[in-house]
Amino acid sequence: MIEFKMPSLGADMEAATLVEWFKQPGDRVERGDIIALVETQKGAIEIEVFNEGVIGEQRVQPGRKVPVGTVLATILSPAKEPPSRPAATTTEAIEPKAPERRVSIGETPALAAPPRLRITPAARRRSADLGISPERLSPGPDGIIGLEQVPSGVEREPGLERAPRSRGAGLDLDEMRKAIGAAMVRSHRDIPHYWVVHAIDATPVFEWLEKQNALRPIERRLLYVAPLMRAVALAMKQVPELNGHYEEGVFRPSPAVHMGLATALRGGGLIAPAIRDADSKSVDELMSAIADLVPRARLGRLRSSEMTDGTVTLSNLGEGNADSVFPLIYPPQVAIVGCGAATLRPWIAGDVVAVRRVVHVTLGGDHRVSHGRHAAQFLTRLSELLAHPEAL
Amino acid sequence: MRNIADDRVHLTREHAVELLRQMTRVRRFEEKCAELYTQEKIRGFLHLYIGEEANAVGVISTLTGDEAIVATYREHGHALVRGLPMNEVMAEMFGKAVGSSRGRGGSMHIFSAHHRFFGGNAIVAGGLPLAVGLALADKMLGIERATCCFFGEGAAAEGEFHESLNLAALWHLPVLFVCENNFYAMGTALARSQSNPSISARAAVYGIASEAVDGMNVVDVEAAARRAVHAVRRGEGPRFIETKTYRFRAHSMFDPDLYREKAEIETWKKRDPMVLFADWALSAALLNLDDREAIEADVAQEIEAAVAFAEAADFEPVEDLMKDVVSPPSEYIR
Amino acid sequence: MTNSRLTYREAVREALREALARDKRVFLMGEDVNRYGGAYACSLGLPAEFGDERVRDAPLSESAFVGAGIGAALGGMRPIVEIMTINFSLLALDQIVNSAATLRHMSGGQFSVPIVIRMATGAGRQLAAQHSHSLEGWYGHIPGIRVLAPATVADARRMLWPALEDPDPVIIMEHATLYNDEDELPADGDMSVDITKAATRRQGSDVTVIAHSACVKKALNAAEMLVGEGIDCEVIDLRILRPLDDETIIASVRKTHRAVVVDEAWRSGSLAAEISSRITEQAFYDLDAPVERVCGAEVPIPYPKHLEQAALPQPQSIAAAVRKAMRR
Repeated sequence: MIEFKMPSLGADMEAATLVEWFKQPGDRVERGDIIALVETQKGAIEIEVFNEGVIGEQRVQPGRKVPVGTVLATILSPAKEPPSRPAATTTEAIEPKAPERRVSIGETPALAAPPRLRITPAARRRSADLGISPERLSPGPDGIIGLEQVPSGVEREPGLERAPRSRGAGLDLDEMRKAIGAAMVRSHRDIPHYWVVHAIDATPVFEWLEKQNALRPIERRLLYVAPLMRAVALAMKQVPELNGHYEEGVFRPSPAVHMGLATALRGGGLIAPAIRDADSKSVDELMSAIADLVPRARLGRLRSSEMTDGTVTLSNLGEGNADSVFPLIYPPQVAIVGCGAATLRPWIAGDVVAVRRVVHVTLGGDHRVSHGRHAAQFLTRLSELLAHPEAL
Repeated sequence: MRNIADDRVHLTREHAVELLRQMTRVRRFEEKCAELYTQEKIRGFLHLYIGEEANAVGVISTLTGDEAIVATYREHGHALVRGLPMNEVMAEMFGKAVGSSRGRGGSMHIFSAHHRFFGGNAIVAGGLPLAVGLALADKMLGIERATCCFFGEGAAAEGEFHESLNLAALWHLPVLFVCENNFYAMGTALARSQSNPSISARAAVYGIASEAVDGMNVVDVEAAARRAVHAVRRGEGPRFIETKTYRFRAHSMFDPDLYREKAEIETWKKRDPMVLFADWALSAALLNLDDREAIEADVAQEIEAAVAFAEAADFEPVEDLMKDVVSPPSEYIR
Repeated sequence: MTNSRLTYREAVREALREALARDKRVFLMGEDVNRYGGAYACSLGLPAEFGDERVRDAPLSESAFVGAGIGAALGGMRPIVEIMTINFSLLALDQIVNSAATLRHMSGGQFSVPIVIRMATGAGRQLAAQHSHSLEGWYGHIPGIRVLAPATVADARRMLWPALEDPDPVIIMEHATLYNDEDELPADGDMSVDITKAATRRQGSDVTVIAHSACVKKALNAAEMLVGEGIDCEVIDLRILRPLDDETIIASVRKTHRAVVVDEAWRSGSLAAEISSRITEQAFYDLDAPVERVCGAEVPIPYPKHLEQAALPQPQSIAAAVRKAMRR
């Protein structure tokens, strides 16, 4: 038995309606005989058989629309007797395939996207290579950050392989100095600074250090900056308005204190790589972090994340002679702590004048986020913490 | 071997068998194609030549194997008669890599450099300038042979038809133009598209000797082609033959034939070129009934083998998609 | 080696003479190439040397004689077909697109069509809207052909022979305003030239200006104007419009980070659009400014000189685009 199917007469023919049977069950058919008329979208077409035999059953009745490939009738081999009566025909039409579910292409409500940084692709890539957050770059007069706005370094030769940007890759110190220069320009222009200074008696810290270091092997000795950083970090935790990032008009306080440490570079320049989670590190841990960081910073072996992660910066003039410092905030941070040299000064302790090692600590703040009261809170807390170094 | 320089048709028994055999090959091949089309083995457009076989068979039997043929998108018959292996032509219909055009052309674009068969051109009248150029090359290279160009009467409405006839006549080029006038340009009847329905008259105005013949009579076609091609070879410039013929099937598979009367088709079918020739040859005792059966049996076998060959063949790998868009760089030194 | 001074027109003629002399299969065919000497006088004098068969006047039947060229190429010849202007080539587009460009692939690699089609293109001579357009980009769209645009006398002299050696169809676009340009060329010696590479006509570091044909000169003029402003332009002459030499373009943009594409054709769907798109695809992260385009105004080219010139890229408009790319 052969199945006579709705033929495909063109790639664009999917279905057709059977209009008329020209041959009935029991009729003999020859190859090439026209046996039915079907209505296509192009008009009525007579369809032929390619086999000889006898029409068996007609499975589709005139008037039905069926897809290409549907069995219209069976054709029995000529030897077989024709059926004594027409076989029952199906009355159910084979429905054409349901149309595919349509995807609505209606308008979706526009989302209020934050204004996007206008930076050229080349500038974005170079700043990433340098480990500079593009947000820290000052746009040109047209509001666009281009290569000119990224501190330019040695022009790469075209076709030269770019240095891999994996963690631990070296940073170009020249580029970095330029980046920081640009950041300072932006800071000075964009951030409404205020500064509050407080003189703190740091004698207990130095006494505590002396005792500690007397007990330690040389390689484990502590520097003054370690307990200082610990105290600054803890005090910062008390005043969230000073710790975080201000970007695109919004201040985002940081739950952790990632402490940038301003580090002078040989040959000039300053960078402030960050020690992550300074508030949850012990004095010893901070000491080893500083011992790791400072030489790397001077060799230009910083990770780019160390250049962008800081939430606040500590600038410590340490053993120099300057009394105090009024530093600029490193954007997008909102505060910076500047410590003058710890020098011997007359100090009123109770009702006597004593000689003490005094530090003038400056808190520089961003007036868009904080004000003097926050600075005072911080400095008071810092003073309390430094009075009891053993508790740090 | 027939004398190809003789203007007359020598209807030996051998030649009669050959004419009938070729018409039968083309007819049965295309009937099979129609069937394979409905089964979706063959796709794209399929334009059948059924009813017009006498034209390709009559004309091509007068050509030498190195005389170029340029044909149209209704060219299965011309390709088979020219000698392209049926296996390769069928594989081309299937789109298989062993097809005559690596399967890339399909029904409308059968080519064979080996057989100097230049398509398979599916732009109406687009083949005429190519034929003129092939003939120009022969003339400039001093090769004395004809180039044969087939096209339908629809081409006569195109500018390229007129430009090409003029150029061939102007430059006295060895082209044999064969217009297979089946009276319908797709669905547009000749009378609905041409102010003057005589195509051969158009050739005459360019100074090209032309004649119109009965395209359902293979002997008439061959006789006209023989006269024309010899004149062309003798350097008498182009010749033009208009064969009046008819396609029994619709323009392509998906065509409800709305534009012509059933009675008209039936009238023409009474002049089926295969039947006409076979009956005549039987009556003239050139053939006998056994010959007809033997031809049918041979052809059925050839077609069966061709279908099996095409079915079994592979498609060209997708990686070769871009191959031969241009010549490989190695062929191009600088 | 001696130098000789010749015009672009003479360079084309010398190239034709060389080709006709070197290869018996070469012949020149087109409207008015013989008695008239060529609409642009490129074939003046050649019939006397090579005869009427090989310098063949054709009737005004672009489709037929281009198609005949394709047929002759299939038949073993190396035809050079001249089309008087690119606007007229539209009458032969069927043969170029449907035959010449498709035959190799469609036949499964059986046929080569070693034809060379030359045509004059471009505006600038007050010939109005049916003789002045730059439709090179349309040809650049078609796979299966090579499109050359000699912008210099040297390229006009040297591109024809390698084009004839290409087994595939080659179209040579000769800008009609270039025919009178003059340059010194070696009179003999190696004439070979690479027809796969673009040429850097001026080295520079700030911005890459990409042009072809007559716009190369305008781009070089703009580059000189900008020197005084401290802007250092690199100027690339595309030379080959298809297949485009991405490598040269992208390497330059990687260096300069800025690109200006100059194209006499209409902006929409233009070759300039294609080049701009490729730069964005392949050098996005190197870009320091959006790619600028300087194109012809989207009008049918008008007759009066001031309007015609206003419709075309000029050194001033190129310089303005360069400044914009430099954000100045």
